[in-house]
Amino acid sequence: MEYDVVIIGGGPSGLSTAIKLKQLDPNLNVCLLEKASEIGAHILSGNVFETRALDELLPNWRELNSPIKTKVTKEKFLFLGKTKSLSWPTWLLPAVQQNHKNYIISLANLCRWLAEQAENLGVEIFPGFPASEILYNEDGSVKGVATQDMGIDKDGNKKDSFEPGIELLGKVTVFAEGCRGHLGKQLIEKFELNKGKDPQQYGIGFKEIWEIEDKNHEEGLVMHTAGWPLDNNTYGGSFMYHAENKQVFLGYVIGLDYKNPHLSPYDEFQRFKTHPAIKKIIEGGKRISYGARALIEGGFQSLPKMFMPGALLVGCDAGTLNMPKIKGSHTAMKSGIIAAETINEHLKENKDLSNYEDKFKNSWLHKELYEARNVKPSFSWGLILGIIFTGIDQILFKGKFPFTLKHKHADHETLKPANQMPKIDYPKYDNVITFDKTSSVYLTGTNHADNQPVHLKLKDPDLPINYTLEKFDEPAQRYCPAGVYEVQKENDVNKFVINSQNCIHCKTCDIKEPSQNITWVTPEGSGGPRYGNM
Amino acid sequence: MKILVAVKRVIDYNVQIRVKEDGTGVVTDNVKMSTNPPDDNAIEEAVKIKEAGNATEVVAITVGEQKAQETVRKALAVGADRGIHVKADGILEPLAVSKILQKIVDKEKPDLVFMGKQAIDDDCNQTGQMLSALLNWPQATFASKIDVKDNKLEVTREIDEGLETIEINVPAIVTCDLRLNEPRYASLPNIMKAKKKPIEEIAASDLGVDVSPRLEQIKVEEPPKRKAGIKVANVAELVQKLKNEAKVI
Repeated sequence: MEYDVVIIGGGPSGLSTAIKLKQLDPNLNVCLLEKASEIGAHILSGNVFETRALDELLPNWRELNSPIKTKVTKEKFLFLGKTKSLSWPTWLLPAVQQNHKNYIISLANLCRWLAEQAENLGVEIFPGFPASEILYNEDGSVKGVATQDMGIDKDGNKKDSFEPGIELLGKVTVFAEGCRGHLGKQLIEKFELNKGKDPQQYGIGFKEIWEIEDKNHEEGLVMHTAGWPLDNNTYGGSFMYHAENKQVFLGYVIGLDYKNPHLSPYDEFQRFKTHPAIKKIIEGGKRISYGARALIEGGFQSLPKMFMPGALLVGCDAGTLNMPKIKGSHTAMKSGIIAAETINEHLKENKDLSNYEDKFKNSWLHKELYEARNVKPSFSWGLILGIIFTGIDQILFKGKFPFTLKHKHADHETLKPANQMPKIDYPKYDNVITFDKTSSVYLTGTNHADNQPVHLKLKDPDLPINYTLEKFDEPAQRYCPAGVYEVQKENDVNKFVINSQNCIHCKTCDIKEPSQNITWVTPEGSGGPRYGNM
Repeated sequence: MKILVAVKRVIDYNVQIRVKEDGTGVVTDNVKMSTNPPDDNAIEEAVKIKEAGNATEVVAITVGEQKAQETVRKALAVGADRGIHVKADGILEPLAVSKILQKIVDKEKPDLVFMGKQAIDDDCNQTGQMLSALLNWPQATFASKIDVKDNKLEVTREIDEGLETIEINVPAIVTCDLRLNEPRYASLPNIMKAKKKPIEEIAASDLGVDVSPRLEQIKVEEPPKRKAGIKVANVAELVQKLKNEAKVI
């Protein structure tokens, strides 16, 4: 099937691209593919939303029954010690971390609403259809994508229900898969889009939604923490947003450049909730949702070239998240808007797609990412030096230092051998505040049709046991937030087990595996989590 | 032969159901909804019968709120020819739905009515049976195999004792079991074609059916949480606990 524009991914960047394209020219044929069973079901975000890009895209959003309702009314920043907490005055926070003009939202609900706006404009949206393969023209330019075959059994044979994937061809194809998109990764490699850039940096973010007692709920309160349970050398922190309906969005982000293979990001998050300052808020409440997703932290230095012949990268498929702001939705949307303008001019006036980069450089998006660039790398000196530097960089110099700090390593290179690092003794789950992975994954509604090929591919199937287990105590057992990877002993022989049906599509394994031995590919359509209002 | 297939929009089977705090029902806001799984089998079977040349038309029908139309659209994408959406809001009990279906049967005059054996939301397992009574048509429930034979159907039923094969005259009602077939995927081109297939919208009130609930729902609550197990040291302790604590022996 042929379209003017084919968009891969129904998050804020892809949907904004689609909406803007139809606004610029209602006659354009635009289709959007989404791997989840419905728009929003694979999206996970904090989320404190800055409306800047939405104000540009849909200035009348307030009149369109949008799910943007809870204004931020109060902010707190806490440094956590093991049992103590120290409140940091908000006037001493850099401007990028002040949220009083922003809203607490569910990004999934925002995406569902954006999808409605897009469909009203005539965008064809197809949920349940993962793009599994990039198609190229003879001259090497991107021609479009092919969707995943449906109805293949685990040995690769066609089942009765087999339905072949189809080719979707676009004059321009827009990749909007989010952080570590599996096609975006291929494009970055093939077109050397990251040449001369720093290695990309990632984090893993967890989120739980709790319904809490009235007396503990303060609608509009935004709270962040740094410190415990992480040590000075591990980058991360928490968020707690008091949303409507007595819900709080509680989450934790840990930089995937952590060094200790014994560290379990999931267990750090669970442990974090037992801190008295946190526990007192959620105690007596009920956890109703859980999820996790990798996010981009590399920012400006790691941002690849975002155009190539026939295609563009938008949002976090490229990496437009603003780390010190802890926000990526408005930047993703802005990149989509710019992409749409570029494409429209390309189709109408035959302007080159490289125009995207020029437009980006002249936008507030570029300014924002540029000013934010030195924050994340400064934390490689540790939390305390990082904070001091960030204070000077962001408050005094407003990000205008005449130098740019580098990201030195890719996240898969940072692990130290297991025998050189301390083991971490995580407390047992109490099933009240803390929970095991199995009951957490249960809340995600994750399912993959059984009897399909494993969608987590090992380049070398023997490597986990022969090398990674001995050297790093197979960290996949711990960095996976869904318990997909296990090392089981069978008759005294270790076996590496992949429970791919549990996969919540966070992409952490694809990023952190020390030998880059795991490749995430698309499973059969609709598979994966069914997040509600994440 | 014409086949009418009833489909229902329910909370997706993968979603963990959450009870509203005030006990008035379950949370459906921003929850993934899908076609009731055995209804997918019903559509699949109808389409297969048509593809085998034993039926001329497959009509999908749903009763419910505006968004319920998605299930009809999905049925159209896997091979139904046209759709009917009877619009009604609020709780719809099986009797109301079967009365609506009766009116539609009077109008459409199908030879067969297929539907799932039960819906996974209220688990009533009544609509097919009630419709059979209202129409005075034969019924075959829990069908795991259907053979069309001239003006008869040979239906294998999943029953407690095993499998039962019966023969019924057409017109008839068949409620379908999950074992009946493997529903096909809707392909992208077929989803696009389905957007152009007609769906007739009818208000339930225009059919003269009173859909107001006859049952009063008092409270919805979660099943009690299972307590963690304990390890006993020996058989004697087990027997003692079964006797004195569990009081089951």
